[in-house]
Amino acid sequence: MTLVRRRFDDAGSMGYLVVVLSAGLLAVGAIVSVAAPGGFVDVRTALAFAVFIAFGEFVRITLPGGRDAAPLATAGALGYLLLTRFDGDSADHGALQVVAVTVIAMIAGVAPHAVAGRTPTLDSLARRLLVIGISAAVFRGSVLDEKVDALRDAPLALVLIAVVVLSLVVDAILAAAVRAGEDRAPFSAVLRNEVRAQVGIGSAIGATGALIALAATIMGYWALPVFVVPLLLTQFSFRRYAAIRESSLQTIRALSRVTELGGYTESGHSRRVSTLAVAVGRELGMSDADLRDLEYAALMHDIGQLSLTEPIPGGATVVAAPAEQRRIAQLGADVIKQTGVLDGVASIVEQQAEPYRRAHDVQRRDVPLAARIIKAVNAYDDLVGDSFEVSRRLDALERLRLGMAYEYDPTVVESLSQTVERNVRLGV
Amino acid sequence: MPPLPARAWAFIALVIGVSVPLVVGAVIFGASTFAWPDLVMLALLYIVSDSIGARGARDSMTIALGSISALASLPLLGGYGTVILACSTILVVDSEPWVKRVFNTAQLVLAAAGASLVFAAFGGHPIGMHSFPALLVPFVLALAAHCVVNGLLVAVVVNLANGVPFRTIVQGTMIRSVPGYVGYGLFGLLLAVLWDDDGAGLGWTAALLLLLPLFVARWAYAQYVEEQQAYDRTVRTLMAAVETKDVYTRGHSERVSAASVLVAREIGMREDRVSSLRYAGMLHDVGKLGVPTRVLQKTGRLTDDEFAAIQRHPMQGLEMVREIEFLDEARAGIMHHHERLDGLGYPMGLRGDAIPEFARVIAVADAFDSMTTTRSYRGARSLEEAVAELRRCAGSQFDPPMVEALVGALEEHGWEPETTPLFIVPDPELVFDQDGSSFDHDDPHYLQGSR
Repeated sequence: MTLVRRRFDDAGSMGYLVVVLSAGLLAVGAIVSVAAPGGFVDVRTALAFAVFIAFGEFVRITLPGGRDAAPLATAGALGYLLLTRFDGDSADHGALQVVAVTVIAMIAGVAPHAVAGRTPTLDSLARRLLVIGISAAVFRGSVLDEKVDALRDAPLALVLIAVVVLSLVVDAILAAAVRAGEDRAPFSAVLRNEVRAQVGIGSAIGATGALIALAATIMGYWALPVFVVPLLLTQFSFRRYAAIRESSLQTIRALSRVTELGGYTESGHSRRVSTLAVAVGRELGMSDADLRDLEYAALMHDIGQLSLTEPIPGGATVVAAPAEQRRIAQLGADVIKQTGVLDGVASIVEQQAEPYRRAHDVQRRDVPLAARIIKAVNAYDDLVGDSFEVSRRLDALERLRLGMAYEYDPTVVESLSQTVERNVRLGV
Repeated sequence: MPPLPARAWAFIALVIGVSVPLVVGAVIFGASTFAWPDLVMLALLYIVSDSIGARGARDSMTIALGSISALASLPLLGGYGTVILACSTILVVDSEPWVKRVFNTAQLVLAAAGASLVFAAFGGHPIGMHSFPALLVPFVLALAAHCVVNGLLVAVVVNLANGVPFRTIVQGTMIRSVPGYVGYGLFGLLLAVLWDDDGAGLGWTAALLLLLPLFVARWAYAQYVEEQQAYDRTVRTLMAAVETKDVYTRGHSERVSAASVLVAREIGMREDRVSSLRYAGMLHDVGKLGVPTRVLQKTGRLTDDEFAAIQRHPMQGLEMVREIEFLDEARAGIMHHHERLDGLGYPMGLRGDAIPEFARVIAVADAFDSMTTTRSYRGARSLEEAVAELRRCAGSQFDPPMVEALVGALEEHGWEPETTPLFIVPDPELVFDQDGSSFDHDDPHYLQGSR
């Protein structure tokens, strides 16, 4: 409950509120309207699709990047809303019936998880429902009326594909609206991330949705179980991919603590730096891939200290001489380069000690944003640590500001101080 | 490729000899039984999907992608068309030697012929308005025929060429490819329904829509494999970095991991547990970083305090990896790898079967590696001495079946103890100066290959 309250306290959750509330309204409206006498047609077809969607919701997955998705459920709902004929007979259900069937099926699919204590993320459910509602309104409300006579013509496939593309676009926009508020990131950057994350699985979902509608004209009920297989396979691949990415992150997080265990750095330092760095990176509009590199680099930024014979007092690199800081950065980068797969991360770690403006660098190469972020956040955490004292926090920010324009990137410091202040306000 | 034995050549010639007249006959008698444009499109689909598959890993997904169009042709083109379509295998772009390619084409022609016969015999017919589910029975039987003919011909030729036992081939590759076969085969039927003018009438666009999810699945799978490899390398490297603290244990984690895997395979552990154990072996000493370097490198007798510091490392290791969810059972292995069968170990003093299996495996692998490498207080012992020592301590310190499993595995696969330097290298950069080949020996694929 505190989690919900915190969300509502935070003005950044406008997108979240709007999406959840409008989906709730849509759901209630749809159910009320189909509950009226004569409001529900083709009960058996509806039931078949409801079972499909419920199953899809039950086996929902988490995509890489922690995005909730129910590919099967979405494909089933798309199939139902795009259905023009079913086993030779015309399918006359309206847009609101599509929404009502989807809502009921979603609840049925989520219920077992809720009973087991795994509450679904409300915004992703709401978003899926809104996407179905909007696409259904577009297709069944307007397009279909004009197309009824020409149903068997080839262009139907094109119309379906167009609706599917529309649904993907709406989905990405809604997802970005929610995320942009939560992450306080620029909308355009979040939208780009959402599109990138969804384009693969989204096109598979969309194609399957259109295929279910098309195949059901001939195959009737058989079209439903048949299409479970390919999408389940896709879903399975994505789940494994997401799982190994998660394991990878957890492992790096765990192993980043070796420096703490060895007494090289303060307890929790790498973790705090990575959390803050990612928050700052988000606010500055970094892409998902860059954020991932940033998080890895932040977690491992002190790994070079393992090669030191004597730990620096408290592990605070900010008090070490610049040359020493650079040597640690270089040693760390060398370790990470050994993996052969984290070159991007290594180059960030390597440049974490570089000042923002280097007077003597003739080439005037830019230090990567991720390295500038880690430099500032690392210095901040070295100065503050896990202390909650206001004065220490303000002192640290002041010290960073004094080093601005030469040592630290002003934009990064600005974003950092806002993030820190917000975290304090929210009691994180 | 090694030269093929005469028997293999004879078999290949036989398969080709039967398939060529079949194709010629299909062209002569069946040219007017199907639409050639459809055949060309299906052939293109076949070539493209198999060529893309051939560049990826050889997994069940790859084998099956081409079979979608091969089987869609049964209701779409009929028997003659299906046989002719199988010939397009020869045009698939891959790096196989020509013998393999020609044989593969010939055996797929035979498989297509077998499938066509079965399809026709059980009342298979072109797509119609209400052909569902009536078409399912002949189609599934045809699918089974295709699978059996294809599998048997391949198994025989592999048996003749490489001497791999017939049973191993059938149990290995063939059984594993069945689910893919069935899944993708049914896809073929779906493709036919969507493609056919008497079905949904989508023509070749059906193929695009249908294959999109499959290619996305393939892409995600490839990402997964890549990420998995990246993960392995990252864990290894980070452990190597941890080992810079103690030059004597350099490579220790990797070797313990490799030896644990050898033991696990020897005792027939399930493959997913083996993979978990591999990480447990890799990470078993991660807690050692909490032990002061001077204690780790001390040459004389340890004081009680120093010994206590060493005894804490399994718990500190556990603490480190606690939040890595997938490690699961591996965590018990890390925590208990210094327990002894007689209950005199640490940290819990567990006894006998109360010690988790992973820990019993790692304990043996750990002791074996530390005996066969140079330590600050002694030189490396020979494999024979180490084995004798393990056997001597079996029952009191080690689990006897695990010791015997290790000995058995060593006899079968051999073991290369890493040579460690006899002096301490002060330059940390030199610590990483190892050649990439040393990574190979604990790679399970490498081990599988050398079996």
